[in-house]
Amino acid sequence: MTEPLAPEPPEEETPTTTAGRLMLKQKAGGIIPPVITAIFAFFMGGVVIAASGHNPLDAYAGILEGAGINWFWDHFGNTDVIDLTTFNLTQTLLRTTTFVFTGLAVAFAFRCGLFNIGGQGQYIVGVVVAVWVGAYWGNALPNGLHVVVGIVLAALAGAIWAGIAGILKATVGAHEVITTIMLNWIALWFASYCFGQGGPLQNTTPGQESVPISDDVFDKSHAIIPILWGDEGLQALHYGFFGAIAALVVFWVVLNRTTLGYEVRAVGINPEAAAYGGISVKKNYFLAMAISGLFAGLAAGTDIFGWKYDAGVLDIQASAVGFVGIAVALLGRSTAVGVGLGALIFGALDYGTTRGLDPEVFDPTLAGNLGLMIQGFVVLFVGADLLILYLWSLRRKRFTTPRISGKGA
Amino acid sequence: MSAPTVLEMRGIVKQFPGVLANDDVSFDLRRGEVHALLGENGAGKSTLMNILYGLYRPDAGEIRVGGKPVTFHSARDAISSGLGMVHQHFMLIPVMTVAENIVLAAEPTEAGVLLDYDEARRRVRDLAEQFGFAIDPDAPIQDITVGQQQRVEILKALYRRADILILDEPTAVLTPQEATELFGILKNLQREGMSIIFISHKLNEVLEIADRITVLRRGKRVDTVPRAGATEEGLARMMVGREVLLRVDKPPATPGDVVLELRDVHVHDDRDLEKVRGVSLEVRAGEIVGIAGVDGNGQTELVEAITGLRSRASGEIRVDGREMPLKASARAMLEAGVGHIPEDRHRYGMVLDFTLAENVALHDFRYPPDSRFGWLFPRVLAERTRRLIKDFDVRGGDPQTRARNLSGGNQQKLVVAREVDRDPRVLIAAQPTRGLDVGAIEYLHRRLVEERDTGRAVLLVSLELEEVLSLSDRILVIYEGEIVGEHAAGVTEDEVGVEMLGGQREQVA
Repeated sequence: MTEPLAPEPPEEETPTTTAGRLMLKQKAGGIIPPVITAIFAFFMGGVVIAASGHNPLDAYAGILEGAGINWFWDHFGNTDVIDLTTFNLTQTLLRTTTFVFTGLAVAFAFRCGLFNIGGQGQYIVGVVVAVWVGAYWGNALPNGLHVVVGIVLAALAGAIWAGIAGILKATVGAHEVITTIMLNWIALWFASYCFGQGGPLQNTTPGQESVPISDDVFDKSHAIIPILWGDEGLQALHYGFFGAIAALVVFWVVLNRTTLGYEVRAVGINPEAAAYGGISVKKNYFLAMAISGLFAGLAAGTDIFGWKYDAGVLDIQASAVGFVGIAVALLGRSTAVGVGLGALIFGALDYGTTRGLDPEVFDPTLAGNLGLMIQGFVVLFVGADLLILYLWSLRRKRFTTPRISGKGA
Repeated sequence: MSAPTVLEMRGIVKQFPGVLANDDVSFDLRRGEVHALLGENGAGKSTLMNILYGLYRPDAGEIRVGGKPVTFHSARDAISSGLGMVHQHFMLIPVMTVAENIVLAAEPTEAGVLLDYDEARRRVRDLAEQFGFAIDPDAPIQDITVGQQQRVEILKALYRRADILILDEPTAVLTPQEATELFGILKNLQREGMSIIFISHKLNEVLEIADRITVLRRGKRVDTVPRAGATEEGLARMMVGREVLLRVDKPPATPGDVVLELRDVHVHDDRDLEKVRGVSLEVRAGEIVGIAGVDGNGQTELVEAITGLRSRASGEIRVDGREMPLKASARAMLEAGVGHIPEDRHRYGMVLDFTLAENVALHDFRYPPDSRFGWLFPRVLAERTRRLIKDFDVRGGDPQTRARNLSGGNQQKLVVAREVDRDPRVLIAAQPTRGLDVGAIEYLHRRLVEERDTGRAVLLVSLELEEVLSLSDRILVIYEGEIVGEHAAGVTEDEVGVEMLGGQREQVA
């Protein structure tokens, strides 16, 4: 019968994983911290713009237009107008689609107390499989089925790739951050080999032998996801966009309405209590990683069959969609709605700062880096808002329930 | 006849968010007396002492030491005014010797920098002699018993010239024998003119050691009474604010078939040390078997082995006659009919960020009616939770409340409700009342007896000897991972206490 030294100590369990602790801290603040995080990140971006001699407000307005967000007040509800604004918006939504999937890839693991840094590798593996199925199976299957099979196999590839990290975590306790980073590099160089000169998935077009790019799904089988909005062949928005929205719903439903999600959340918050409840912590580590990888693979499948149609060494090496997923999940607090909104913000930022941006307003090459910077600020501030929450709780404690240090024997 | 007042706290007020922890509390200490501070958990005892020791600042009120008003900004200030506090959790360095620990931060030095160990040892020995302590200054802390470590803490305070000693629940970690020895030491200190504040929630020991008793309830001072004339019943009434049934009233057990049987069970801990060394026991339907023992003698590992949270190295465990495999999982044990009230409800018993309904589902979420084909039915869970909340008198929340927001007693009630509701064949209750207040303890004890009377087998593991003795129909004593004694109900604390220290091991084994 021990009475704690501090009166009315807040009931605290201490999650054993870093991700678990992060998650708890994040949940404490509700909706305010992510909003503040985003505002801070954009503000800091503004400071950088000002430092480069531009007007931050003009630049942000330019980015907004570049991302096609002005469609909402210029043509709202009218999908018949095909102009630059419409095109820009479709491009933003294309990227949003990808980021929803890669964001979920991080968020799902997060909810199980795991930090999946390997979204990028899982995405790349998915790309390799999707390209292989889409461009190298000829017309073995009817187009619709071909697309479905391709996306499913890409998703499975991502799941297996992440599952490796899950198995290592469950069996020998290898930290998922380390293993997924290593798996990223393996995937990167494996894909570079596949699409590179003499590689098994390098293009077969005569005269293009020196180009390290795969064959094109569009040309070879024309097994593509139907177009939702825009012109086929002009990077139009495909139906995968609805797939992403469906994925958000599935994510929420699985976590909150299924025994699988119950187990994942229990393990994520308190693995010891979960074990006491008869839940296999190891099984859930594996499953959560695999499901995370599944989402990353879906990103790859919908990208390849939806609008990219091919992949090359340079694309693969320059791609960072898996890493953007980390920022999306962090900003979105690993919730379905948060990931959706986070993906939209990063989708707009990604397109609005680069190709969509009017060079008159702001130098696109500079702006591209600005996008990355804001992304970096978000990750930094998500870390920082945990720090702010922590300091805040310290401040409150000082006036209320100071923690007494050195309590342990 | 009353000795001069050495310490006075007047009108102390301390507000925490949502809680008035101390509400106009006054307290005084006379020279050479033992003044007990009695109250339930959360009554404000620790807050008051932390204010006295400079760890918190009071919102109002004043403190006088030796008649002079003082303001303490830190424990350092308090120490320099002659206060010494012995915390529940000792602050000793295990690898250093007794003497080194005692002189720490005020070491006698040689040439200004080097520790003069001989001088340290000499001073410690003098001090021990003066106050009648039996202690070896050269023994490393890790090799001495908890009771001796506590003496080191007291010596540390004396070495820093404390003349007011605050002891925070000092007997919580001791065996009955060690507690008796501690009381002897306190009497010595008293004779030497020390004034002692003794924080406790145990009625019997307060009545044994204190000259005066101040009772706190919900942050308010109820009364200060002299020991003469005080009774357990009267003090309990003051603590809780109503009549409390102190003794567990229970009809004799009518044991049925053996439900849980252990044969020569060996269990290793995380560091692969053998913590349970060949335990055999049986628990029958309709009886409570209690395991008494000092903390760390293998109880935790034993319970973990029975509940499948840790696989045993060897030995047999039978539940309802069915032998459980060596590597039986927690789930297998649950399904075989083992219910478990875990010793640490925050670590194991609940997921604090889950709702009450989700916590109620912790074992059975994967079976109908909670779920079907992997699909959860939140409404079914909410309904069951509502029923349990009502039946087990869980207060402070509805099914959608986060478990974190319940008080400890209500959290524990929910855990018990969940375990009992599963209708297990055998209920393992590990420290079921740890950290709970008298009212909740009374309820849980009654509930365990009721469960026994419905024909459930109950295995009670507790560090509270009193609890084991008053609830159990049979008592087993565990020492260093072995069962060293078995007694029928009615055995005295002393008999069991000797065995808890390993005294009778040879004869029994």
